[in-house]
Amino acid sequence: MSIFINSTSKVIVQGMTGSEGTKHTRRMLASGTKVVGGVTPGKGGQVVEIEGVSLPVFNTVAEAMAATSANVSVVFVPPKFAKAAVIDAIDAKMPLVVVITEGIPVHDSAYFYAYSLQKGGTQIIGPNCPGLISPEQSNVGIIPADITKRGPIGLVSKSGTLTYQMMYELRDIGFSTAVGIGGDPIIGTTHIDCLRAFQDDPDTTSIVMIGEIGGDAEERAAAFISEYVTKPVVGYVAGFTAPEGKTMGHAGAIVSGSSGTAQAKKDALEAAGVKVGQTPSETAQLMRDILGR
Amino acid sequence: MDLYEYQARDLFEKHKVPVLKGAVATTPEQARDAAASMGGKVVVKAQVKVGGRGKAGGVKLALDAADTFEKASAILGMDIKGHTVHKVMIAQAAPIAAEYYVSILLDRSNRTFLVMASVAGGMDIEEVARTAPEKLAKVPISAVDGISLAKATEIVTQAQFPDDVAGQVADVLVKLWETFQSEDATLVEVNPLVKTEDGRVVALDGKVSLDENAEFRQPDHEALVDQATANALEAAAKEKNLNYVKLDNGQVGIIGNGAGLVMSTLDVVAYAGEKFGGMLPANFLDIGGGASAQVMADGLSIILGDPDVKSVFVNVFGGITACDAVANGIVQALELLGAKATKPIVVRLDGNNVLEGRAILKSANHPLVEQAETMDGAASRAAELAAK
Repeated sequence: MSIFINSTSKVIVQGMTGSEGTKHTRRMLASGTKVVGGVTPGKGGQVVEIEGVSLPVFNTVAEAMAATSANVSVVFVPPKFAKAAVIDAIDAKMPLVVVITEGIPVHDSAYFYAYSLQKGGTQIIGPNCPGLISPEQSNVGIIPADITKRGPIGLVSKSGTLTYQMMYELRDIGFSTAVGIGGDPIIGTTHIDCLRAFQDDPDTTSIVMIGEIGGDAEERAAAFISEYVTKPVVGYVAGFTAPEGKTMGHAGAIVSGSSGTAQAKKDALEAAGVKVGQTPSETAQLMRDILGR
Repeated sequence: MDLYEYQARDLFEKHKVPVLKGAVATTPEQARDAAASMGGKVVVKAQVKVGGRGKAGGVKLALDAADTFEKASAILGMDIKGHTVHKVMIAQAAPIAAEYYVSILLDRSNRTFLVMASVAGGMDIEEVARTAPEKLAKVPISAVDGISLAKATEIVTQAQFPDDVAGQVADVLVKLWETFQSEDATLVEVNPLVKTEDGRVVALDGKVSLDENAEFRQPDHEALVDQATANALEAAAKEKNLNYVKLDNGQVGIIGNGAGLVMSTLDVVAYAGEKFGGMLPANFLDIGGGASAQVMADGLSIILGDPDVKSVFVNVFGGITACDAVANGIVQALELLGAKATKPIVVRLDGNNVLEGRAILKSANHPLVEQAETMDGAASRAAELAAK
C-alpha cells in the first residue's frame, strides 16, 4: 500500500506537449508510472510518442478521462494558464490533481482551491510542488525515481530538494510514499491530510514531516498529531536564520512579525511528542533510532 | 511587494476608493508646491515601510505652504527604525469625526481571503484583536464569490458600523475588493478609514501588498518597485533572475538548489558556525533545478562581490540535474570568473551521479575549491574557513 497513488494509478499530463511536460512524462514513464495520455487545449486528436509509448492528446480533461479512465492528473502548464487547467480538471471531477507549476498568482490558487471545495470530488496537491512518489509503484511529478526504494517510511514536505535529501539519507530503508505538498501560501493538500493518510496506511510504520517558515501549517499539524497520529513522527523545520519580512525562495516562506518562525514550529512539534532534528542528517538519524536500523 | 502609503493611495484612487488629495515629494520645495496647490492645512507624512512613524516624529501637521517646507525639511532624511526617509506624502488635512478599520487579506491558515472590519480604528489592529476581539469582525471571503454589495452590507452589519456611514462603508468594501482582486494584492488595509466632520467616509492611510507571482499580468507594478532603497546585491541578483536575499552579519556565502534546501543550508551553517566564533550565513541564493554553468557563474559572481563574504558554501543535491553537470558548471563558472574568484569555496555534492561529479571537481583541482562529503561537514568547513 501507499497513499494517494499506487501501481494502479492512471495518469494524464496536462501540458504534456510543452517542453517540461514532455521531459517529465518521459521520466515518469521510465520509472514505471502508467501515463495514459495528455491534455493540451487545441491539440486534441494528436498522438505523441514518448519513451516508446503512443500517448493520445485530448482537448479537455473530461475527454481524456472518458477515453483512458485516468484517475490522476499532473499539471505542467505555465502559470498564465494553470488556473484554467486546474478548473478543467475539477469540472471533470478528476479525483487527484497534482500541480507542479511554480509561480502561479495566489489569487488563481485561491480561486481553484475554493472552486474545488464548491464542486467537490477533487483533491489538489500543490501548486509549486515536486509531486509525489510511491517508489516502485507510481511517480507523479518531478521527484527522481532512483533515489530510493519501497519501504515503511512516509514523508511529507513543503520543499522539493529537502524531500530528495531526506529520501537519500534514508535510501537503504525506503518509503511507502513521499509527498511534496509545495511552498506556496495556498496549497491543496496539507501536512495534516498526509499525516492522516499515513496513519491510516498499513504499510507506513513511521513518518517524517518537513516544514519551513511561514504560515501556521506545522503548528496545526502538531495539534493534529497529538490528537490522531499514533505512529512515530520525526520532524525537521527549515528557516531558523531567515530574517523577518523576507521571502525565502518559496512564495509562502516568510516570517511575518513574530508569526511563522521556525522556532515556534519546532516548539509546537516537540510539544506534540515529535522529535525534531537540528539538521536533515540528524533528522534521518532520529528516524533510524526509532526503526532500530 | 509592500507599497508605500502614497502608492496605496494612488491605487485606491484608481479604483474609486474615496481618498483625500495627496502628492509625493522628495524635496522640501516639491512639498511646499504640493501644499500650495492643495491650499489650507496639510499633513506631511514620512514614507517608510515600517510602523510607528507617528511616534518617531515622522508625521506633522503643516499650516500652510511655508510651514510645509519646514516640516518636510525636518522629516526628509530622518531615520525611522533603520529606514531613511527619502519621500514624504503631502496629504490634505481633514477634520475627523470617527476612525474605523477595514482590510482584505490572504488568510493562509484557512486557505481563503478574509475581511476584517472594526469601528475601533486608528490604532494597532492586533491590539484590538487581542484586547477587544468582539470589536473586530472577521468574515471569510471565497475567491470564487468575492465581495458583492450584499456581502459588504452583511460585513458592515456584523461589525456594527453606525447607520449614518453603513452604506458608504459597504461601498468602500466593494471597491477595496475590486482593488484587491484586479491588482493581485495579498493585502489591502485602510487604517484609519475615517468619517470626516461633514459625514464623508474616506481612506486616510493605507497599506497594500502585491503578489510578485502576478507580475506577468500586472505590467504597471514594475514601476512601483523602489530602486533607491533596494540592496545593491539584491538588485544585481534580480537582474540575473536569481533568487537572492542578503542577510545581515554573515560571513559565509551560500549557493544551493531548491528553496527548502537553501534555507536548511543557512541554518546548518549558523549551527556549525557557533564553534567558530559565531560565523553566520551571508545570503540566501537558490539557483534552482537547472544549475547551468552560466547560472552558477552568475551566482558565484554576486556572492564573491559581497565584501562581507569570507568563504563560500555550494550545496547541491542532484535530483533532476545530475551532479556531474553541476560539477562541470562549477568548473566552467570558475573559468568564466577567472581572477575575480578570490575566496575559498567548499562544495558538497550529493545525489544523482555524485561520484562522477566529485571526480570532475577533483581532476579540475582548482586551488580555491575543496569538497566535503556531507552537508554538515561542509558547513563546518566553510564556517572554519570564514573565521580564519
